[in-house]
Amino acid sequence: MNLDGKAPRGPLAAKWLEHRNHLRLVNPSNKRKFTVLVVGSGLAGAAAAASLGELGYQVECFCFQDTPRRAHSIAAQGGINAAKNYHNDGDSVFRLFYDTIKGGDFRSREANVHRLAELSVNIIDQCVAQGVPFAREYGGLLDNRSFGGAQVSRTFYARGQTGQQLLLGAYQALCRQIAAGSVRMFPRTEMLDLVVEDDGSGLRAKGIIARNLVTGQLERHAGHAVVLATGGYSNVYYLSTNAKGSNATAIWRAHRRGALFANPCFTQIHPTCIPASGEYQSKLTLMSESLRNDGRIWVPRDPADTRPPESIPEADRDYYLEVRYPAFGNLVPRDVAARNAKQVVDGARGVGPQKNGVYLDFADAIRRLGRAVIEDRYGNLFEMYEKITGEDPWVTPMRIYPAPHYTMGGLWVDYNLMSNVSGLFVAGEANFSDHGANRLGASALMQGLADGYFILPATLGNYLAEHLGEKVSAAGAGFDGVEAQVRQRLASLLALRGRRSPESFHRQLGHLVWHACGISRTAAGLEQAIGEIAALRQEFWQNLRVSGAPAEVNQDLEKAGRVADYFELAELMCRDALDRDESAGCHFREEHQTPDGEALRNDEQYAFVSAWEWQGENRPPVCHAEPLHFESVELSRRSYK
Amino acid sequence: MNLTLYVWRQAGPDAPGRMERYEAADINPDSSFLEMLDVVNERLAERGEDRIAFDHDCREGICGMCGFMINGEAHGPRRGTTVCQLHMRHFRDGDVLHLEPWRARAFPVVKDLMVDRGAFDRVIQAGGFVSVSTGSAPEANLMPVPKRIADRAFEAAECIGCGACVAQCPNGAAQLFTAAKVSHLGLLPQGQPERASRALAMVQAMEREGFGYCTNYAECQEICPKGVSIDFIARMNRDFLKARTRGPERDEGERT
Repeated sequence: MNLDGKAPRGPLAAKWLEHRNHLRLVNPSNKRKFTVLVVGSGLAGAAAAASLGELGYQVECFCFQDTPRRAHSIAAQGGINAAKNYHNDGDSVFRLFYDTIKGGDFRSREANVHRLAELSVNIIDQCVAQGVPFAREYGGLLDNRSFGGAQVSRTFYARGQTGQQLLLGAYQALCRQIAAGSVRMFPRTEMLDLVVEDDGSGLRAKGIIARNLVTGQLERHAGHAVVLATGGYSNVYYLSTNAKGSNATAIWRAHRRGALFANPCFTQIHPTCIPASGEYQSKLTLMSESLRNDGRIWVPRDPADTRPPESIPEADRDYYLEVRYPAFGNLVPRDVAARNAKQVVDGARGVGPQKNGVYLDFADAIRRLGRAVIEDRYGNLFEMYEKITGEDPWVTPMRIYPAPHYTMGGLWVDYNLMSNVSGLFVAGEANFSDHGANRLGASALMQGLADGYFILPATLGNYLAEHLGEKVSAAGAGFDGVEAQVRQRLASLLALRGRRSPESFHRQLGHLVWHACGISRTAAGLEQAIGEIAALRQEFWQNLRVSGAPAEVNQDLEKAGRVADYFELAELMCRDALDRDESAGCHFREEHQTPDGEALRNDEQYAFVSAWEWQGENRPPVCHAEPLHFESVELSRRSYK
Repeated sequence: MNLTLYVWRQAGPDAPGRMERYEAADINPDSSFLEMLDVVNERLAERGEDRIAFDHDCREGICGMCGFMINGEAHGPRRGTTVCQLHMRHFRDGDVLHLEPWRARAFPVVKDLMVDRGAFDRVIQAGGFVSVSTGSAPEANLMPVPKRIADRAFEAAECIGCGACVAQCPNGAAQLFTAAKVSHLGLLPQGQPERASRALAMVQAMEREGFGYCTNYAECQEICPKGVSIDFIARMNRDFLKARTRGPERDEGERT
């Protein structure tokens, strides 16, 4: 298979402009003749649905929640990057591009990342015009902060609720189009499969099969194009910072229908989350990494030290990040901070009742800056921590531990955000495109909105222009066949009548994947996990018990289908991690590290995107490689010493 | 810890409902309220009984999807907290808790503790936005917004749309929800061109949806997990009255 990323030729900074100049357009009176299905209503989905509706397309938008305003983009705390250079501190589009591609450890496409940096400035303009209440300075202009170790202040924020405010902005734009009749919204509706037909020239997306989560009925929706904006797959790990409902079914079903899955092993583990407190734990809560700006990370020198942390003297504390990385200290990138925390806990030096955390201590900052300053910066986070743990972080240091947070991998897309299946577009976290092997802080919101507001409205038109005059219909053999398969699958899940719940399988699977394909990976561990996942999957299909009936609200059935897909995805993640025999960004293969324990890339052999092709159940997938070409940057090694 | 739950069970919107008794035994006090329900549900399923349906998603208190009444209080006894962030350590061993869905005419029950809050979406669709299409925005810093105003707008914009305000209001009124959006946008310069028409349209939509009338009980402010203030209701009433008396076409810019 020849994978063409379709990156435009020409100088880096002119690629997007030049590309847009040559995209085909659809006449305004013809736009309403096209139906576009948008699955997902987070930043990417809501922004795309609203913008496409404004252009005049007939849009149908789907979300599994009761309203589009709930999508998990809403939980993003930190902020959104944009190369506005409002602080006159030397920022530029190139610098944001460079930081992003370097942060991703040179495993993403230059052209895509540069476009993202270019569009970042338009995003801020758009959101401000919508009324997003970003933080402001006393002069009334927009405030920025430095975030995630960046050397410039380019992060726009709305207290600790930036994702909420950006999502509500996109949701309001979407509501405007719903009222105008250009978007039809289908809440409590979950896509369960993609309808793909081969019309002789290759695979083409025709529509989706969705389940109405209130009545349990299956619905068919046909469109000229399908946009998947269904988010990431961190919930494979069971415990993650994702919402409970976030799932991989839409992209996984599309993968099984022919869409390539790129870099599945690139999953980001966020260093500052609240550690799990017991077996009943259902999810993990992230606390903004801005906390690392003022908090100091440490563990007791003596693992057997039972004194309360606040009364352990300086001499008996190990500030391991400050010692090991004197230049960056507590502000090393996410993957480095996460890996070090894991080493400490694995070395039996963890703290807390479960010995599964490290301290994040604000005592110094409070002494230096005063309680008022710290309260102003992190007050809501302190409150949240207290609420969840019952401990007062003003008195005793916080305990933190890494948790799965974001997945850089996703469906393979070209520069137009179209997958290898014609008419199937993928946006936001669901695609693989811009973050390489590691995502920088405040870049996820940027990418979701760039895809939704600015890229898809341009590139979808280019695709649709070729298909003027084509009628779409949800009748016919293609839809009949896929709907029958979906119905069959639901029936077989319900028919198993075993002894274990979907939740218990999910928890066990997550545990497996976390240990084999989490913060650090080894060939032996991955090979073992692939076997164990297959065995557990087999048990799942024999011993699963799903309560309730098909034609009603059935949250157990919803969960069962998602877990079934996680099994297959988990196996692919491990295969990809095994296949990528190097360390890169978040993907740390213990076999490949420098003498002082840093990730060791292998650019000669692995400067490519892994794009996996489904071969059928119980047949190993095939990996296609899209080589990455670097014309404008030199591949340097990250160093935070 | 051990608790006794009385939970509202209702198969569907038109089915009759009833309170059912369940024992929540051996619950870890560090678990959240929803994690406690997860445990109860797993045990129900083991016995072949139907799980208790409840809405939830982020479990971080920001998506607004969860929410039900605990002993007559929306999101339970802790102020400033959604039910997903309410932890069992705030209850006592042996407590008896009554769980019911939001009770309001505009929020029909879907199943058990789940309700349909589509009415909120329709209120926003009536005008809870700034009419600015993608691509037409000017440079962001062309329009300074005094920090005080921006902060105030943010406080209104914090609403998570959970519906606790409606559920707690003896009248089932949605004034706090609607006022939060009317005020968020009405405070900002970007929202001025449509300020009057927005207030008018959103209030009318709210009434169409069957929400009750506001008679200043202020229960909504008390219960709101995000602490949205009823001052915004006064603000919305002012905007609404102005729009009503001068006509919706008389938006702010035309007043001179």
